Amino acid sequence: MSQAATPSLLPLELRGVTFRHRDQTLLQPLDLRLERDGKTMIMGPNGAGKSLLMRICHGLLQPTAGSVRWAGAGATPETVRRRQAMVFQRPVMLRRSALANVRYALSVQGVAGSECRRRADEAIEHFGLQAIAQRPARVLSGGEQQRLALARAWALRPEILFMDEPTSALDPAAIRAVEEAVRTFHADGVRIVMNTHDLGQARRLADEVIFLVNGRLVERAPVDDFFERPRTREAAAFVQGELVW
Amino acid sequence: MKALLRNMILAPALLAAVVPVHAGDSGHITLASTTSTEASGLFGHIIPKFREATGIHVRVVAVGTGQAFEIGRRGDADIVLVHDTIGEEAFVEQGYAAERRDVMYNDFILVGPSPDPAGVAGAHSVRDAVRRIADGEHPFTSRGDDSGTHRAERGLWKDAGIEPAGHWYRELGSGMGATLNTAAAMDAYVYVDRATWIAFGNRQNLELLFEGDEAMFNQYGSLPLSTDRHPHLKHDKARKWHEWLLSDEGQEAIAGYALRGQQLFFPNAR
Amino acid sequence: MENAFLAAFRLIVEMDPVLVGIVTLSLQVSLTAVLLASAIALPLGAAIALWRFPGRGAVIVFLNALMGLPPVVAGLMVYLLLSRAGPLGEFGLLFTPTAMVIAQMVLILPIVAALSRQVIEELWEEYREQLQSLGVTRLRAIPTLLWDARFSLVTVVLAGFGRASAEVGAVLIVGGNISGVTRVMTTAIALETSMGNLALALGLGIILLLLVATVNGLAYVIGETARRRLG
Repeated sequence: MSQAATPSLLPLELRGVTFRHRDQTLLQPLDLRLERDGKTMIMGPNGAGKSLLMRICHGLLQPTAGSVRWAGAGATPETVRRRQAMVFQRPVMLRRSALANVRYALSVQGVAGSECRRRADEAIEHFGLQAIAQRPARVLSGGEQQRLALARAWALRPEILFMDEPTSALDPAAIRAVEEAVRTFHADGVRIVMNTHDLGQARRLADEVIFLVNGRLVERAPVDDFFERPRTREAAAFVQGELVW
Repeated sequence: MKALLRNMILAPALLAAVVPVHAGDSGHITLASTTSTEASGLFGHIIPKFREATGIHVRVVAVGTGQAFEIGRRGDADIVLVHDTIGEEAFVEQGYAAERRDVMYNDFILVGPSPDPAGVAGAHSVRDAVRRIADGEHPFTSRGDDSGTHRAERGLWKDAGIEPAGHWYRELGSGMGATLNTAAAMDAYVYVDRATWIAFGNRQNLELLFEGDEAMFNQYGSLPLSTDRHPHLKHDKARKWHEWLLSDEGQEAIAGYALRGQQLFFPNAR
Repeated sequence: MENAFLAAFRLIVEMDPVLVGIVTLSLQVSLTAVLLASAIALPLGAAIALWRFPGRGAVIVFLNALMGLPPVVAGLMVYLLLSRAGPLGEFGLLFTPTAMVIAQMVLILPIVAALSRQVIEELWEEYREQLQSLGVTRLRAIPTLLWDARFSLVTVVLAGFGRASAEVGAVLIVGGNISGVTRVMTTAIALETSMGNLALALGLGIILLLLVATVNGLAYVIGETARRRLG
C-alpha cells in the first residue's frame, strides 16, 4: 500500500475556494493546504459546509471560484482520479454480491483478471468480510455495508481517503469497526480526511482538526490544541458542546 | 449488461426465426381484395384449389375497395380483385392495371330491423325502398369508407334522386362487419353484400328485407397490374391466377362454394 | 360472454393448429419487436438520463408524447416507408412479419426509452457521487445502471410488450392480416368481430389475455425472487 516508490499527489492546495448556490454563499473564500501525511478531521455544526468542502477536495463538485490543485510531483489527471477514494455517509452498493462490488471498483480502474480477483479477495479478508462476501451487498446491514465500502476503497490502494461522516448512521459496534479500519488505512500510509461531529471520535482518531462554521474556516489546529486550548470563541463553545447546531 | 448482451444475441436469432416464413419463398403472389370476399370464406375455398393446380400460394390482403386500389397503385400487391366496375375501368384507363375482366357476381341486399318500420319489404324496387327509408328518416348505417359496397350504396341514392343527410344517415367509416354490428345494435337499415350477410353471425334483430332488383347486382372484376408501372411484381404468377379465375376450373370452383347451404358467388367470366 | 369462455376453452383444449400458428406468430412478432426495441431504447433512455445537452427537455417531452402515438399512425408511417413506392420499397417487406416487427418497434421504442429514462435518472441520482468517486465515466455508467435497474426495467420492457401484443391498428395495415402469414391474435380478433362471430372473437381475446398474463406472471415471479435475494 505504500506509495514510497511513486511520487505523491499531495499536497492538495485550495486557493480562494468559494461555493455559491442560488445567491447563497455556502463556502466563503478559503485557503487550505493538506500535506502528505496525517489524519485530518473536519468538524463543525450542521450546515457548516463540511461535506461541501470534502466534495470539492475530492473533485465531485467544482468550486464557484478559486482553485483546487494537487501539487505533488505524481499528480496527473489520471493519477488524481485514481489515487483518491471516498467513503460516504450512506454507502452506495451495486446490486450484486459484496465481493463483486469490490471487483467492480477495481475493474473500473483497469485492474482485470487474476489481479482483480486477488486484490478483491485480499480486501475482503483484510476487513473480515469473508463470511458475507457472496451475499448481495444491498441486503447487508448498515455497518456491514460501511465496512464493505471501506474494503472497496482499500482495494483501490488510494493515497488519500475522504470519509464523509462514515459512522453517523451506525451502532457502537459498527462505529468501532470503522474506526479500526481508519487506523488500518493510516497504518498503510493513507492520508485520512474525515468529517465528523462526534467529538470523542475526533479525539480518538485525529492528528489535526479543521473547524468550520457557516462556510468559514474558523480554526485549524493540532487535535490536542483544538480540544484543550481552542483559540476562537466558536471553537471553545463547540468543544464544550454548547454551540447551537 | 448481461441481459442486454443476451438480448442483442437473441433478437436477430428470433428475427431469423420469423423471416423464413416469407423470405426466399417466391412461390406466392399477394392479392389485394375486399373484406367481403375474404370474410365470406370464398378464398378459403378456391385458393387451395388454385395452389393444387399451380403450386402458387395466394396471400390475400383484405381491405376496402378504395384501399385495394391504393395498394395496387403503389405496387404493394401483384393483382387486385374488387367490385366497383366504374372505378375499375378508371383504374385501367389510368394505366395502373393491364386489363379488367369480369369474374363473378353476387348481389347486394337491404337488411333492416325485423319490424321493418319503413316498409321496405313491400317496395317495388330498390329505388322505392331507399326512398321509403329516407322519407321516414329511419336510421340507416352506411359504410362511409369508399369501399365497393359504399360506392354501390351511394349509387343507389343517386339513382333515387336523394341526397342522404341528417341524423338518420350514419356514415360509420367502418368495414362491412363493423357496420353490420352497429346496425344490429341500433336497429338500423343497412346495404350489404349477400355473402357477408350469410356468413355474419351477430344478426340480432336484423333480417333480409329486400332483394332481387337488378340494380343490386354486385360484379367482381380481376385486374392484373401494369407491367410497365410496376416491373418488379410477380406478373407471371399473377397472370396465372387471373387466367385460372376465368378458366372453367376456376369458375367451377367459385360456383362450388356454398355457405349454410347457399351458393354465394355466381361465375360470369367475360 | 359464457359462449366466449366456452369458445376460448374449446380452442385451447383442441389445440387448433390454425390457432397455434396464430399464437406462435403473435409471440414471435411481439417478442422480437420488444427485444430489438429494448436493445436500442434502454441505452438510449439511459443516455438521455445521464447527459445534459441543449434541447434535452424537448427530447424528453417528445419521447413522452410518442408514447401516445396512435398505432394506426405508426402503422401508416411504416406502411408508407415499406410500400413499393416508398423509400424502403425495394426490400419487399410490406405484408410480412418483419414489417409487423418494425411497426411494433416504432410503438415500443418511445415507451421503453421514456420509462427507462425515468428509472435510470432516479438510480443515477442515488449512484452518481459514488460512481464518479470510483472514476466511472458516464459511458461506463450506462451498462452499470441498466444492470442495477434490471428489476424495474423488466417492468418497463413488459409495458412495451403489453402495448405490442395488444395493438391491432399498426399490424393490420403493414401486415395485411394474411391468413397463415401475417395473421396474429389481434387481427384475427378484428376479423372475427367483423364477421359477427363475437363469441369466437372474445374467446380469442381471452386467450390473448392469458398469454400476456403468463408472460407477465413469469417475469414477475422471476423478478420478485431475484429482488428479494439481491435487495
